[in-house]
Amino acid sequence: MQYIKRLLFLSLIIFLAGCSGRGNSAQDSSHQIEVIENKGSDTIVNLALAWAEGYQVIEPTVQLSVTGGGSGTGIAALINGTVDIANASRKIKAEEREAALENGSDPVEFVIARDAIAIIVNLDNPIEHLTLQQISSIYSGAINNWNEVGGEDRPIVRLSRETNSGTHVYFLEEVIRLGDKDNQTLFAQNTLLLPSSEGIGAEIRQNPNAIGYDGLGYVTDEMKIIGVAPAAGESYIFPSAKTVNSGQYPIARDLYMYTNGEPEGVIKEYLNWILSSEAQETVTELGFVPIAK
Amino acid sequence: MRSDQITGNKTGSPIPEYLITALIKAAGYSAILFVGMIFLFLLLESFPALKEVEFSNLLSSRWYPIEDHFGVMPLIGGSLIITIGATLIAVPFGVGTAIFLSEIAPRWLRETLKPLVEVLGGLPSVVLGFLGMLILSPYLRIWLDIPTGLSAFAGAILLGGIAIPTVVSVAEDALDAVPKSYRDASLAIGATEWQTIWRVTLPAARSGVVTAVMLGIGRAIGETMTVMMVTGNAPILPTGLKDLFSPVRTMTATIAAEMGEVANSSTHYHVLFLIGIILFLISLVVNATASAVVFRQKKSQERILS
Repeated sequence: MQYIKRLLFLSLIIFLAGCSGRGNSAQDSSHQIEVIENKGSDTIVNLALAWAEGYQVIEPTVQLSVTGGGSGTGIAALINGTVDIANASRKIKAEEREAALENGSDPVEFVIARDAIAIIVNLDNPIEHLTLQQISSIYSGAINNWNEVGGEDRPIVRLSRETNSGTHVYFLEEVIRLGDKDNQTLFAQNTLLLPSSEGIGAEIRQNPNAIGYDGLGYVTDEMKIIGVAPAAGESYIFPSAKTVNSGQYPIARDLYMYTNGEPEGVIKEYLNWILSSEAQETVTELGFVPIAK
Repeated sequence: MRSDQITGNKTGSPIPEYLITALIKAAGYSAILFVGMIFLFLLLESFPALKEVEFSNLLSSRWYPIEDHFGVMPLIGGSLIITIGATLIAVPFGVGTAIFLSEIAPRWLRETLKPLVEVLGGLPSVVLGFLGMLILSPYLRIWLDIPTGLSAFAGAILLGGIAIPTVVSVAEDALDAVPKSYRDASLAIGATEWQTIWRVTLPAARSGVVTAVMLGIGRAIGETMTVMMVTGNAPILPTGLKDLFSPVRTMTATIAAEMGEVANSSTHYHVLFLIGIILFLISLVVNATASAVVFRQKKSQERILS
């Protein structure tokens, strides 16, 4: 995945470089080219690239430069004033906001899409549902056999993304620690940390012992999505645009863009376009959940 | 004096002799300079880690850097167990193939097989990783009845495969360099072909074979992409050979997976450089051992010959 992203980024750079050549001649005919620097979360980078390409068609006078690097990297760049828009798959931290205020910038938050994290298992695994507490116990190492949650007598193989993934951190805080800030539980030590979504997909497809999690957009027909109940006794919810927007599906998060102060001019126009129903169609195409109007 | 004798006269060469000598010298010394500079850079970048992280934390068995658990022991253990496994696979297969190619195979077969082995050595490691992830690990899980095929064993098999061409190539050259008279003499006093190979040819080529094995180990311990794809990357401290069949996390995979996203000059960043130093020192020890063995071997040979 990382490579595809880098490749996309590279091709966009080349594409934009080509544009800037034309930009100079456009400048002569009094059309000012505006550049928007956009950086941050790797979860969002494909979406941001798709938007940048779409917007190029509508507004050829606005150039977008999109890079990944992680939510923290994007927010740090916004604080340092090197980007116009930071992408983040988590909310800005209190200390980051303080650092920004000290530096004379005031980050303004926009929710631009939502992301459901699906719990996935092999198609041969008879398990259909789990409660949030059961998932937490599985990943913290308290439950080690599928028969403890009503399945076959098989060892559980836990799959996770690497620690630098925003999804990993979200999963740790909201699922394993159940949103409790004082909880110090960690991933079980024998959790497999796979470098890509494809790594998780390949293992889930062939190994009936495995359990994994990933963005809904990465789930294919060859894996089984588990229904999740927020607490024991409550009904099991499957992830979809509807259950995410209604707040029923418990493992979903907002995706953000941050600007330096209230956006003005072209940045404001771009953000307005992102929130339009036209741009939100791209969100659905890439497997994220569009924000409800 | 000597340079005059070689070039004939002073005006014959357009480039002064001393300049060429200086350039060659500079090229030779630059290798030492580069290694020294790399080591210095690693040292400077990793030094703060020793101040920022307590020793008890560094020596613990928990690696979870985003919550400040910096235990490097599971990573060192992971690299070592995979390298040991790969060596156990690469040495018999590699040396065996080299013996077959050099001593047994007919000329035409040897001339077909050796280039093929060298092509195998040129296979990109990421391609091997793909094969390991999609084909090898599912079958390992079923055959060995282990929870997941993404294990140290899968990594050891692939790294063994990566090291074999290096071992074969260097060891075959060493066996080939043994004078024919050694074999003739052995056969003439009534030794069988196998006795000749095992007691005469192989010992005579020992220094080259040891170099081949060490180069193979060096190749295996530094390999990154393949192990990252097939070993599962779970930082569990291996305690015995049974852990060959559970997932492990190597030093190289850790650096590769985490360096890209780590904040510059953070504690985590410095610890990753510390792991780099450990890796550097391990390969230094492997190389030093190899040279020591070769050196001792040469000395004893010289004693015999004199």
